[in-house]
Amino acid sequence: MTPLLATKGLSRNFGGLRAVDSVDFTLMPGEIRAVIGPNGAGKTTFVSMVSGRIQPSSGAIVFDGTDITSLPAYVRVRQGIAYTFQITSIYANLSVYANVALPVQLTLRHGPSKSAIQAAVMTALERTGLADRAHMPAGQLSYGHQRLLEVAMGLALKPRLLILDEPTQGLADSEIDNFIVLVRDIASSATVLLIEHNMPVVMQLADRITVFNAGKILAEGTPEAIRENAAVQEAYLGTAP
Amino acid sequence: MSEASPAKAYALHLGVIALLFVLSFMLPDYYHGLLARIMVLAVFAMGYNMLFGYVGLFSLGHAMFFGAGLYGAGLAIIQLGWSVPLALLGGIACGAVLALAIGLLALRTTGVAFMIVTMMFAQVFYLLILYFAAWTGGDQGQVVPQPARVLNLGATSLDLTNPTVRYMSALVLFALVLLVTLAVVRSRYGRVLVAIRENEERTKMLGYDTFSNKLIAVVASGTICAASGAAYAVLFGYVGSSFASVQYSILPLLWVLLGGAATTLGPLIGTVFMYYVIDVTSGYTSAYLLIVGIALILLVLFFPKGILGSIRQRWLGWLP
Repeated sequence: MTPLLATKGLSRNFGGLRAVDSVDFTLMPGEIRAVIGPNGAGKTTFVSMVSGRIQPSSGAIVFDGTDITSLPAYVRVRQGIAYTFQITSIYANLSVYANVALPVQLTLRHGPSKSAIQAAVMTALERTGLADRAHMPAGQLSYGHQRLLEVAMGLALKPRLLILDEPTQGLADSEIDNFIVLVRDIASSATVLLIEHNMPVVMQLADRITVFNAGKILAEGTPEAIRENAAVQEAYLGTAP
Repeated sequence: MSEASPAKAYALHLGVIALLFVLSFMLPDYYHGLLARIMVLAVFAMGYNMLFGYVGLFSLGHAMFFGAGLYGAGLAIIQLGWSVPLALLGGIACGAVLALAIGLLALRTTGVAFMIVTMMFAQVFYLLILYFAAWTGGDQGQVVPQPARVLNLGATSLDLTNPTVRYMSALVLFALVLLVTLAVVRSRYGRVLVAIRENEERTKMLGYDTFSNKLIAVVASGTICAASGAAYAVLFGYVGSSFASVQYSILPLLWVLLGGAATTLGPLIGTVFMYYVIDVTSGYTSAYLLIVGIALILLVLFFPKGILGSIRQRWLGWLP
């Protein structure tokens, strides 16, 4: 089976800092993959290169068998890579409905009717539990609901690969439980790449975990294997006495 | 913003057009001529509003697009002896081509830099008009000869110097641009423009080519402004460099801010209001610009969204 996403020697320098250092990474279709690592490990820089927000200094990115390294971000989105922002980035002055209508009208480009747009918007809002808030200005949503709106906008793109950058950051525990259900639901139709700091979430959701440290992949494996991995424990907790 | 009430919105706009039509038979001569001029300039403001209001691109160089239409049409008649319809098309084409070239260059910048770059290009355009005075008439400008200002439509010919014909021609242009603007704003493309204004980075990550969308908006905006300029040359018969000066880049901004940026009818209301204030105050004092300035400051302080923008915010959320 061809991997959905593969990177070869992917690197990015910021001045003298090598934020991502020749990373070889593969992701199979249908997976939920968590990317974890200490702050400054290069996780966000890595997914930003995959989504096209940042250009790599060197290396290649292959999506579903095609080299996408030189494609601009908006083309990658159209090919099925959706990115939800770590720092909530919604259209605060537009209604929740309008926020989701924008990605929907892109996916329905060929002969979209008003009713088709409406149906697709409401589907995305119902999956994220925002349907009853459709006509509120997005800026008036609670923070947790704004995070969900981010995901709804990603879902509306009907992605093959959905990148979630710290989606549970700032959410209440009750909201996190709903979120786990939602991500499982998403994973039935898309591959999920999840950057996450909340370990219980990672352990419950991920099929496999990739650990970043200092711009490199430190370890990769099932949640159990990562939990037992001595190098990972060292990176997170310091050297064992 | 709202998805509902397209019928209401179209009814309102058709109502405004009908009102302007009826006013033609009721206004005294002076105001009749003034309103014709205001309608043509409101088209200029609508073109500016498309870029400034909806895409959030702050240009200080739109006088060059108005000027391109004005000189494109005017010189085509004066120097080349073109007929009115051809000259109008020529003027509009000048504006469109200029907007495409300026857009390709200026859209590499945003914010204050975009403002400065557009202003510099407009100054170049203005100085070129003065430099080629032999052709353009320089700072004196040129008059489009009355006999040339005739629109031949098959067997009938319309004398554009006749006040009623001039008023109705201005109204036709105004109505056309107003309805096109309304349709664009309510379309999917209009929603993308607003999305770029609100959050360009996010819009890119939703799969939109924001550069191309902005370029199309610059060309559309420049073309509308050029249409206004071309109509001005043909209807009012004067082609002058003051219309390409920086003052005419600032005026559409003021009209739009007054009426309400990102509202379809705001440019008309702003232009009418500004002319009305100037008209009234200049009757009392020669320092009327001072009063206009104070009125503007008060408006920006208390109604930062402009007349129609404030009305929309407080009472009529469905206004497009």
